Amino acid sequence: MADLLNNPVFATALWAVVKVAIILGVLLGVVTYLIFAERKICGHMQARTGPNRVGPMGLLQTPLDVVKLLFKEEFIPEAANKTIFHIAPVLAVFPAIVTFSVIPMGPPPMFVVTDVNVGLLVFLAMSSLGVYAITLGGWSSNNKYALLGGLRSSAQMISYELAMGLSTIPVILRSGTLSLGGIVEWQAGTYLILGTHIPLPSWGIFHWYLVLPFAIFLVTSFAETNRAPFDLPEAEGELVAGFHTEYSSMKWAMFFLGEYFNMIVICSIMVTLFFGGWHGPGPAYLGLFWFLLKLGAFLFFFIWVRWTFPRLRYDQLMNFGWKVLLPASIVNVLIAGAWLYWRANA
Amino acid sequence: MVPYLFVGFGALLLASAVMVVLHKNPVTSALFLVLSFCSLAGIYLLLQAEFIGLVQIIVYAGAIMVLFLFVIMYLNLQHDIERGAHIALRRGIGWMVGALLLMFAALLMVRGWAPGPVAPPAPAGEGGNAAAIGRALYSRFLFPFEVTSMLLLVAMVGAIVMTKGRRGAEEERA
Amino acid sequence: MIPVGWTLGLSALLFCIGVVGVLVRRNALVIFMSIELMLNAANLAFVGFAHQLQSLDGQIFVFFVMTVAAAEVAVGLAIIVNVFRLRETVFVDEINLLKG
Repeated sequence: MADLLNNPVFATALWAVVKVAIILGVLLGVVTYLIFAERKICGHMQARTGPNRVGPMGLLQTPLDVVKLLFKEEFIPEAANKTIFHIAPVLAVFPAIVTFSVIPMGPPPMFVVTDVNVGLLVFLAMSSLGVYAITLGGWSSNNKYALLGGLRSSAQMISYELAMGLSTIPVILRSGTLSLGGIVEWQAGTYLILGTHIPLPSWGIFHWYLVLPFAIFLVTSFAETNRAPFDLPEAEGELVAGFHTEYSSMKWAMFFLGEYFNMIVICSIMVTLFFGGWHGPGPAYLGLFWFLLKLGAFLFFFIWVRWTFPRLRYDQLMNFGWKVLLPASIVNVLIAGAWLYWRANA
Repeated sequence: MVPYLFVGFGALLLASAVMVVLHKNPVTSALFLVLSFCSLAGIYLLLQAEFIGLVQIIVYAGAIMVLFLFVIMYLNLQHDIERGAHIALRRGIGWMVGALLLMFAALLMVRGWAPGPVAPPAPAGEGGNAAAIGRALYSRFLFPFEVTSMLLLVAMVGAIVMTKGRRGAEEERA
Repeated sequence: MIPVGWTLGLSALLFCIGVVGVLVRRNALVIFMSIELMLNAANLAFVGFAHQLQSLDGQIFVFFVMTVAAAEVAVGLAIIVNVFRLRETVFVDEINLLKG
């Protein structure tokens, strides 16, 4: 046993498994209370109190909702393609969880499962796999609303993925690495604003050529997570419930879980790319705290936006993605590249 | 550890590839193809080609196969009843050609294969695999890189022109 | 270090599966998928050799093959959609416009 523990390969694998287990457990808890927070916040935004009956201050509401979902009868449509109908919800959760393995949540090597040198690509690859869950869920239900919702969402996600990928390129240009750990690394410390003595944290957002990429990334992240104002796939007014119309019980809960996982992932990536990751004032061991604080702020922002803006029309959404965001992000790559080249050679 | 993973991914790759060919439902075929591309990406990771492995997932699984699924759903091809003249005969010929090819490959592997001199491991280069590929792409392979970008542009315009249809066609039919 | 023979064997098997798919199936879309399998078999051989020779050139070639495959799929699927609009079928036996 001691030999096994001293074997470096085994020790690495064991550590990774332990970290994964912790992350998974914490995530499930976080999602439960994220849903609760969303209901509470939306309640207060609409001048009501939100859930407050179950448990103290309503705190047991979502755990008991999960229990309810577990015991609900599961309905599978007669004409559905059974196998694919079962697989689709799994595909909604799995890519989001995989991405967590590369996000640095604190000072390395303690607070990251594995810092691969293509971490950002892992995120892009997994977010591109997220399309399948919705497309397949919509198609296999054999329901016209579900199919329309599924097709809409896959078109939407593919269109906005391009702008999202391109908006991360200025960050890569600046940091010179695809590793998320490396990207956090260059955001350490402070720098002085040109010509003044005011120190600013060296976060991505405080570099002028990364402001527009951040804006584009933020907008596309709403589309990628299918949240309002881009929640066309499940536009209730016209599509019943979109791609998950026919889903019930735990399978529906998986889709729900996937949406919230995706939200947390994309907010973590935003914190990592543009807001200095785990960097903050104070000693390094506060890293996890700063990371979670920034993440929480972004999650609140997501909820705030959802309950503030109306939904876009589908053609507006497509026009906006292809004719505004995509050209803007391409121009941005040019500007950032030219500026960085000039600065390196001037 | 690595050889076991290689065998595992390889078995998954072959099994899903066989299912692509054999399954009657085109949607299921497409999904098995996605699975085989993902296991191929795993093999690329084991072969120290992490950039190519992830690009494989982004390009093949994330873009190309979604396009395939889109077209299959658009054409509504659920039941794939294959008919036609001499279908059994042609199937037999297909399997035989495949088996012959396999035998030929086995022959080559057994007889003609002589491992060449193994080059000394190149210096890993700063920033790993992705940075090294980027450096090569934008220096030695700049011209092919630009040519492929033109090719993609042409393909994009071609696909749009072809699927848009002629302007008059819809009105004539109506 | 994985011996290059393993990769090549796997690549050969994959290529044969692709060939069988093209010859056996009549559905244009499945034939197209089998062609993708063959392209990927070639890619696998490239990556295997790149690993053996510790050189990046093979991987760069794979990169180009992928771009070409993407272009090919876009145009090919456009053709299939057009054929379906004209003939209401994707079975290659029934697409015999040139036969008169």
